[in-house]
Amino acid sequence: MLRLSKVNKYYQVGTHSLHVLRDVDFEVADGEFVAIMGASGSGKSTLLNILGILDDYDSGEYWLGDTVINKLSESKAASYRNRFIGFVFQSFNLLPFKTALENVALPLYYQGVTRRKRNQIAAQYLERVGLRDWADHLPSEMSGGQKQRVAIARALIGKPRLILADEPTGALDSETSKQIMDLLSEINATGITVLIVTHDPEVASRTQRTIRLRDGKVVNALEASASHPGIAAAVP
Amino acid sequence: MFDLDKWKEIWSTLRSNPLRTFLTAFGVFWGILMLMAMLGFGSAIQSGSQRQMKGMATNLLFVWGQQTTESYDGLPPGRGVRFNTADIELLRRLPSIEYLAPRLQLGGWMNNFTVSHESKNGTFTVMADYPELKHIVAFEYDAGRFINERDIAEQRKVVVIGRAVYEQLFEPGIDPINKHIKISGVYFQVVGLTRTLRGGNQGDRDANTLFVPFTTLKTAFNIGDRVGFFAMTAKPGTDGPELERQVREALSRHHRISPTDQLAIGSFNMFVMYSKFEMFFLVLQLVSWVVGGATLLAGVIGVSNIMLITVKERTKEIGVRKALGASPMSIVSMVMKESIVLTAFAGLIGVVAGVALLAGTGAILEHLPESPLGPPNVSLSTVLTAVAVLIGAGALAGVMPATHAASIKPIEALRAE
Ligand SMILES: Nc1ncnc2c1ncn2[C@@H]1O[C@H](COP(=O)(O)OP(=O)(O)O)[C@@H](O)[C@H]1O
Ligand SMILES: [Mg+2]
Repeated sequence: MLRLSKVNKYYQVGTHSLHVLRDVDFEVADGEFVAIMGASGSGKSTLLNILGILDDYDSGEYWLGDTVINKLSESKAASYRNRFIGFVFQSFNLLPFKTALENVALPLYYQGVTRRKRNQIAAQYLERVGLRDWADHLPSEMSGGQKQRVAIARALIGKPRLILADEPTGALDSETSKQIMDLLSEINATGITVLIVTHDPEVASRTQRTIRLRDGKVVNALEASASHPGIAAAVP
Repeated sequence: MFDLDKWKEIWSTLRSNPLRTFLTAFGVFWGILMLMAMLGFGSAIQSGSQRQMKGMATNLLFVWGQQTTESYDGLPPGRGVRFNTADIELLRRLPSIEYLAPRLQLGGWMNNFTVSHESKNGTFTVMADYPELKHIVAFEYDAGRFINERDIAEQRKVVVIGRAVYEQLFEPGIDPINKHIKISGVYFQVVGLTRTLRGGNQGDRDANTLFVPFTTLKTAFNIGDRVGFFAMTAKPGTDGPELERQVREALSRHHRISPTDQLAIGSFNMFVMYSKFEMFFLVLQLVSWVVGGATLLAGVIGVSNIMLITVKERTKEIGVRKALGASPMSIVSMVMKESIVLTAFAGLIGVVAGVALLAGTGAILEHLPESPLGPPNVSLSTVLTAVAVLIGAGALAGVMPATHAASIKPIEALRAE
């Protein structure tokens, strides 16, 4: 599905540059359900933005399918995002003046699907996330969990092969988080690759595999737990 | 372009902040209304003056004798210049003159005469004229005709009367043709009743004038060979100043006037007047466009400014749209369309309000024939130009905000909480 090799990313902060991703190397197979964990500031969001072609990287290679994604033109990047990738954000990022249905339908607008057709399809996706009766409501009239469901329906409507979710449960209580994870598991079960950034071990435990980041480096499970004296002591 | 879907998308964003949309639209509305009001006012002044000048040839020249101011050819200054019938032959030989109308007012300039019919009488202007006059001052006839060549040749005692003369001397409904009226004791047969095409003072004067054949007046009142003044038109292709120069030269030589003595012969050159008028209206129109256009420009800058603020406020929205697959082009086109729709829509309302305003003013001015302002008419082409200008202005207003919107990076937008 996707592969990163020796990806580096720097941020220019004033006069010095901040090395945010250091030789990041990993691979995600088709249909995997993967969590990316790490402390705050470890570079998780930066990594996810690169994977989502929302941001560039400075060196290394990022393969999405069998294409190298590197310094694409904006319109090319837009078209890849539109056709291959669905985004779910911590703060939902729904357009406040559009109804749930219109929000879900938006990616299809950029594919040139007619309004009628798009609303019809959007209604199906809303039904799938259990919000059929909320189609005509504005985001401001909905709970956090409901908003995130709308966002997930919107991420799915373009039939992406990859869903990228940056702390999708970060703003939700544990019960709602559980429901959202159920939904994402269901989606993964249909064959769509799902990557979730989280720092909630509960959430990570629902995935098949966890990639850990520390200070911009991918670390293996042992190294990661080494920072945790309790667990390290338990390892013989 | 005519995708209903896109319009709905534009409408939904414009509707999302009604107050801002309204304030933006108002600037453009006001701009175009001002522009139309200014153009309308200009055209009202213009049509008012044209109403005054209507029925007059535009290549017209009048000349009359005054007093010499320079000694010449052994003659002292201060000598009165009087034109006579010999001058008629002289001027008829000038190739630049199209129509020549020698004229003489009975009793002299500004003198009125008592005219009567049966028991009724009044005082009016009596003019001795040639048939050529009808090419210089256009009349219509409520009855009969103007003086003709036979009247001149046979020195017939016929008269053409103005509307006010008729109303004063005849009972309403009476046909004046072939009736006899008495001018200073001499009977004349009425052959025509004129209706002037001119407005204002000129029109009043026409209505109060009687015309008799030039040759008749001389014999009937024993006036000799005097000519009061000459009215003439220039041949097409001859300009007014050139005609005047030739006429002055011929008359000066004949009357032994110094070539440099401009005051010996008085003149009124319609051509020069008219081009001054035209210049004035051109300037007026230019000023209207500049002032109205500046107001409109202020409105457009307002649109641009507010669109830019809007785009900045919508950074997050634009980021989300881009993350979902909006290309930079689609963002540019979204902002441009919003700008054009807003400008054009507000502008069209302004155009409609402007047309209504002018039509209303026109209807009022219609009932005030003495007003120096005529009905304002803003032509369809002006309106269409204004609309085209508006759409262009909307596009112009959209350029900056649209390029800004397109340059927004999705991650930065998404980070903006
Ligand atoms: N646009 C930016 N400019 C400068 N530094 C940034 C920018 N975005 C993120 N960073 C820094 O990069 C590091 C990684 O950030 P981020 O990827 O958001 O971490 P995480 O999502 O794991 O909390 C942090 O130190 C952060 O301050
Ligand atoms: Mg983060």
